[in-house]
Amino acid sequence: MAVEIGSSSAPKASFWRDQRNRAIMTQVVVISLFVAFVWFIVDNTIENLARLGIEPGFEFLGEIAGFMPTSPNFNLTNFDMNSSTHGDVFLLGLVNTILISFCGIVLATVVGFIVGVLRLSSNMLISFVAAIYIEGTRNVPLLLQILIWYFGVFLSLPNVRSSLDIGEVIFLNDRYLTFPVPVPEPGFMLFPISLILAIGAVVVLAKWAKKRQDATGEQFPVFWTSVGLVTVLPLLALIVTGFPVTWDIPSLQGFNFQGGTQAPAAFWALLAALTFYTGAFIAENVRAGIQAVSHGQTEAAFALGLRPGLTMRKIIIPQALRVIVPPTTSQYLNLTKNSSLAIAIGYPDLVNVFTGISLNQTGNAVEIIALTMLVYLTISLLISLFMNWYNKRIALVER
Amino acid sequence: MTDISYVKTERHESLPPPKSEVGIIHWLRSNLFSTWYNSIGTVAVLYLFYLVVPPLVDWALISPVWDAQSNQDCRFEGAGACWGFIGARINLFFYGFYDMENYWRPTLVGLMLLFLAIPILFEQVPRKVASGGFALFALFWAIWAIGGIGTVASLNLAVAAGVFLFLAAVAIASYLKAPRSACAIAVVAAFPWLSVSLLYGPLNVESLQSGFGIAIYAILLIGGGALGLWSRQRRDALGTMVGFLLAYAALVIIYMSWGMDLTVQPTNTFGGLMLTLVLSVVAIGVSLPLGIVLALGRRAHTMPAVQMLCIGFIELVRAVPLITILFMAQFMLPLFLPEGVNFDNVVRALVGVSMFASAYMAEVVRGGLQAIPKGQFEAADSLGLNFFLKMRLIILPQALKIVIPGIVSTFIGLFKDTSLVSIIGLMDLLLIAKSSVTDSKWLGLEHEAYFFIALIYFVFCFGMSRYSIYLERKLHTGHKR
Repeated sequence: MAVEIGSSSAPKASFWRDQRNRAIMTQVVVISLFVAFVWFIVDNTIENLARLGIEPGFEFLGEIAGFMPTSPNFNLTNFDMNSSTHGDVFLLGLVNTILISFCGIVLATVVGFIVGVLRLSSNMLISFVAAIYIEGTRNVPLLLQILIWYFGVFLSLPNVRSSLDIGEVIFLNDRYLTFPVPVPEPGFMLFPISLILAIGAVVVLAKWAKKRQDATGEQFPVFWTSVGLVTVLPLLALIVTGFPVTWDIPSLQGFNFQGGTQAPAAFWALLAALTFYTGAFIAENVRAGIQAVSHGQTEAAFALGLRPGLTMRKIIIPQALRVIVPPTTSQYLNLTKNSSLAIAIGYPDLVNVFTGISLNQTGNAVEIIALTMLVYLTISLLISLFMNWYNKRIALVER
Repeated sequence: MTDISYVKTERHESLPPPKSEVGIIHWLRSNLFSTWYNSIGTVAVLYLFYLVVPPLVDWALISPVWDAQSNQDCRFEGAGACWGFIGARINLFFYGFYDMENYWRPTLVGLMLLFLAIPILFEQVPRKVASGGFALFALFWAIWAIGGIGTVASLNLAVAAGVFLFLAAVAIASYLKAPRSACAIAVVAAFPWLSVSLLYGPLNVESLQSGFGIAIYAILLIGGGALGLWSRQRRDALGTMVGFLLAYAALVIIYMSWGMDLTVQPTNTFGGLMLTLVLSVVAIGVSLPLGIVLALGRRAHTMPAVQMLCIGFIELVRAVPLITILFMAQFMLPLFLPEGVNFDNVVRALVGVSMFASAYMAEVVRGGLQAIPKGQFEAADSLGLNFFLKMRLIILPQALKIVIPGIVSTFIGLFKDTSLVSIIGLMDLLLIAKSSVTDSKWLGLEHEAYFFIALIYFVFCFGMSRYSIYLERKLHTGHKR
């Protein structure tokens, strides 16, 4: 009596009960609903646009804008009211968004790291103040903080004629902060070239020093050599070429300042609010990261005879960074997205000048909002890519 | 025998610890002056306190003007904050431009929400206390409403009875130890519509204007109910669900169009804290279920098309700022809909904020789903549970429990983000504050207005974050060493 193995298969599920068939059917239903939804929207939009007389497409980007989205002294893309187009408005907004995001990210990181470490201070008073700062900023909407900085702080400064000054070269008033800009003369190119050379040399030096320390354990004073290289080389270049640079120093003429660059109060208010708001979140990340490194690591480092500073730099921070980096990446993304709140105080960022004014003038809502979203999508992806690369670099190398 | 008289026969009394190791001096030394840089820090912080605290206390508490008719009353030498301004405009800050006669409507909704939330939020509140609280609330309401009929023109018997019945039902259900899920379903099914009717009033449902429409709804209601009951007897889950859902939908629409015959309060009169709360509560209520659906869709490995749609939605929404989504809701929604169909401004903002919050919530829930070991899924499968039962009974209770802190912090973010609707012109707390100081009577009182609303936002957000910490502690008892 031979038993045929394999013949006693489970009873076949009915067609409607088969998991695979169900999955396919669900997908067909979802996709057809989605397609119907998109078709409904597109159809309505085309009809509505035709009714409103709006020409769909991106031709409007080539039309003359006819408005001045920024003050003449804070004009990074040389926007000209008579000849610049909506495309130039887009470019101006983009540059301003990137500028404020970049400055914000750098400053927020600095603030966040300092406060995060202070929050863990053994000094109760200091850690208490850090806690007040963190809780106070994290629990109040950013938009409100931007308004407080703008209306409460920067607009309360003295007016232009009685500006606060720092050494007669930097002036601060209720409209802007103006500071000198260098004007290069012939032969100045040697300075940036030497600076780049110095930075390149520092990178090479740091790599070499790390390799040597990993191999032999011998240390090299990378920090001080780097400082020396970066200062001495460009200075040398300046001396050799005889300081070919003049400063355009702002001076009060009549009712306004002439010369220099004027960064508007809105810029500083936005920068301050973004920095302190995001800084508080980063501080919490830093605190969590440092606390995640077990105390045994510190003790082991001390047992090996490392000094406290070295312990921090070589043992604690590298391990803490692995915990700190991912949430901090999302804070950087948040900061970039939050810079769009500029619209509340009139800093000419992308959303304010392009999605705000250009949209109102041209009516091409679909294109403008899609373009704006695309820009933020791209910036988000770029920051994510960079931070993922960095995260991979510092990640624990496991077997 | 050797003489051992030099050995003590009685125990020496313990000495007090050295002065430097106990008491205030030790505390100061170890906490504030342990090293030279800590000492410098302490002195610096104390100096900072000296600079900031006394003027602030003086401004806010010692020399403010508590009673003012206009900003002129606050403009004298040594005057502190002009709290009289807040006192004079407090209704504006809380209710916006809502009819003063109808303030009881949002207040009642808020009270009901509070009473419903407390037993859900704090599990150790005994059932008897919760149901007693509700019964008392219902009683007070009945007394107030009966006393108010005739005096308050807009309050009628239907409202009084409706709210009383709802409160009494919750009280009884809670006292009878009905399962928590049954209570929750009852509340979820009834509370939103009751609140919308109370806040807004009757909705204008066009299909209910004609006799034919009414007949259709009646058929839906009765037919749906009958189908549900019949299918239930036949143990047909699908039929039961479809039947009861149809009947429920018809009932809701009929009820909303009746709206207890209250006067209509247009949404453009909503404002202040009330609008902020409406926006955040609705967005919270929508984003949690929608976020769970999106998270499940994102992890549906057997259905790549569904997965792609969910990933696309989540990542797109998370990559762009909320303000662009609000702009989209403002400028593009009208283009997307057929001519003539128009949404209310507040509803548009609600759509935008809810979409935004759902994407973030989906990511939080996904984190929880990923933390559940595969064995749990397999165990549920091997028990023969279908997808919905598996999720409802096995996976989601565990997954959601893990991510409660994340969910609460999403709520906090959401509450703060509602302030962005002020940019598209809704009169929320922030815009009320901003515009109330442009009133010529109260010009130049930005500091007071912003300080006041910052305090309100802080109380809500800080309260939520403390609650999240409390939950975290409560749920982590199992891992404590």
